[in-house]
Amino acid sequence: MAYAQYCLICDGTACNSSQSERIYEQIMKYVYDHDLEKTCQVVKTGCFGFCEQGPIVKVLPDEAFYVQVKPEDAADIVREHLLKGRPVSRLIYREKDTDSLGAVDKISFYRKQVRIVLRNCGFIDPESIDEYIAREGYQGLEKALFEMSGEEVLVEVEKSGLRGRGGGGFPTGRKWRFTKEMEADQKYVVCNADEGDPGAYMDRSMLEGDPHSIIEAMAICGYTVGASRGYVYVRAEYPLAVRRLEKALQDAREYGLLGDNILGSDFSFDIEIRLGAGAFVCGEETALLMSIEGMRGMPVQRPPYPAVKGLWGKPTVINNVETFGNIPVIVTRGGDWFAGIGTETSKGTKVFALTGNVNNSGLIEVPMGTTLRDIVFNIGGGIPGGKQFKAVQSGGPSGGMIPAEHMDTPIDYESLAALGSIMGSGGLIVMDEDDSMVDVAKFYLGFTVEESCGKCIPCRLGGRQIEKILEKFANGEGTPEDLQKIEEIGQTMITGSLCGLGKTAPNPVLSSIKYFRHEYEAAFRKDVAETA
Amino acid sequence: MAVAVPERAELADELAKFIDDWKEKPGNLIMVLHRTQLEYGYLPEPVVIEVARRLGHPAAKAFGVATFYNYFKLTPPGRNRVAVCIGTACYLKGASELTDTFCGQLDVELNGVTEDKEFSIEGVRCVGCCGLAPVVMVNGEVHGKLTSDGVQRVIDKYRNGRENPEQAAG
Repeated sequence: MAYAQYCLICDGTACNSSQSERIYEQIMKYVYDHDLEKTCQVVKTGCFGFCEQGPIVKVLPDEAFYVQVKPEDAADIVREHLLKGRPVSRLIYREKDTDSLGAVDKISFYRKQVRIVLRNCGFIDPESIDEYIAREGYQGLEKALFEMSGEEVLVEVEKSGLRGRGGGGFPTGRKWRFTKEMEADQKYVVCNADEGDPGAYMDRSMLEGDPHSIIEAMAICGYTVGASRGYVYVRAEYPLAVRRLEKALQDAREYGLLGDNILGSDFSFDIEIRLGAGAFVCGEETALLMSIEGMRGMPVQRPPYPAVKGLWGKPTVINNVETFGNIPVIVTRGGDWFAGIGTETSKGTKVFALTGNVNNSGLIEVPMGTTLRDIVFNIGGGIPGGKQFKAVQSGGPSGGMIPAEHMDTPIDYESLAALGSIMGSGGLIVMDEDDSMVDVAKFYLGFTVEESCGKCIPCRLGGRQIEKILEKFANGEGTPEDLQKIEEIGQTMITGSLCGLGKTAPNPVLSSIKYFRHEYEAAFRKDVAETA
Repeated sequence: MAVAVPERAELADELAKFIDDWKEKPGNLIMVLHRTQLEYGYLPEPVVIEVARRLGHPAAKAFGVATFYNYFKLTPPGRNRVAVCIGTACYLKGASELTDTFCGQLDVELNGVTEDKEFSIEGVRCVGCCGLAPVVMVNGEVHGKLTSDGVQRVIDKYRNGRENPEQAAG
């Protein structure tokens, strides 16, 4: 860390598609032109989170936060700021109504965030293992291997209170213990990176921005439960994430952090990538395992749970990317430290992809217990165009719509379930007064109907029938009986479906009927509407 | 009744090598199909039959898998592949109108290929740039915050091989 200045260029997917690569080239060119390469380090990093304002360039130690940068701006950034120390004020992000310059922690988008999982995203070059190591990387693994027994690691994970971030919220420590206590010749660790919620990109950003933290966490998990092989199941639609993960795996092997006898210990562990192929149901753990086995991703009855009988019939821990992202920090800082953050039942932080009709779209991380109001209005900066907020949808196609009157609910697994939604993997879609709830419900249901694997009847037929009824409402042909029918079919799907997809598919429709019944009533057939 | 026997497909060398490398690994089918699609742009039927044979799977299993997953295509795409994101954020910001505009101006159905094979258009799930919604990807290149007015400009950019150097070279 011997540089006087650092110039960080966001190279997450959103900024990358807005020419961040070209910006990097231009800045590098001018840096060399002015012989600054010895004093200023230029780094391409993972996602900064503030995607709405991308492409973003940050200059340290001045904390200058440049937004909507174009390749043409490179000359000014280098000649004015890096060379002469004069920040380029026309590019600096300004809050509405204020003219405060710079300082990232003053920006309301960042002020209320707490970054544990995203600790390295936007700070390090994700393709450099050395930069990860420089920020306490692989210290958790080292500590586990040389100072702790598997049991001691597990106790810390249990103490932390960490719960599954893929949406289910099952205690991670308990899952690991099931697998640890099984006798087997082979056990597996699987990372679920099949991010299927259309409108969520937490996993993608983490794999693109900090792939080593996932590798470290999986190795720690393997050491804890006694597994020697790991798989990352990642969407084929995320080529950049796959490429960076491949590079990270290779580097980790070269450094002796993966493979036989890691760091000279007697623990051996390696990881392989398996690509998903665009099936939402494969986010469900048993379907995911079928897919790794090279088959159609169709869920199977649980129990037995994968922790006991998983991949190729062997005990298997499956955790989501974000869940794993917490593990290295829990090991280095201890379970008690982690448990000090969050609410009574939900510890730590949650990463959300805040999108839809909100001013500051982006990737955020907040402590559990933060209110939806804080997220949408402080971090998100409210609704564009002076429009009225209507609802926020958590949990994507498996979640529910939460109306304005519940905006002060502190977010945790239980509070969201009580509102008829779920924590989900982290999609948060903001809807304004112009968005029709009937329409959005139909959109989500159309998605789950198409993605149903067709194995069990409640999901295969139930979804289709509700969709047909919603069609009537879309044409102003609904009746009160239709609403009742939707609720009956929905309940059947919740009770009778085999897996999480079918059990949660009715949530968007049922929650929108619960909170926005008047929008359905407004779509009643004319004669019914009159008698009602 | 004579049944047409598919010709045994010759596989590209690199694909054949990939299959050899993966042959002994459990659960190889999906990874090999990915590699196959990378080679041909889609999964041609005779090739899938040959791939299944080499891996020792029944062809029915290979087609069962290929048709289950959205990512695998059994028909050839157009020279330029337009993918309209129909994730939630894009949907809220007008992806449906955008899709209609594209289909109208290209005179093609959604998930179809234009008559001159220049363009194919499909709706895809979230491409992960929700901050840029609505998003359209053409040959992997992202066009964000696109409105219906901008559609023709995007189409013109790709028509007649202007923005597809790989194809132009070949």
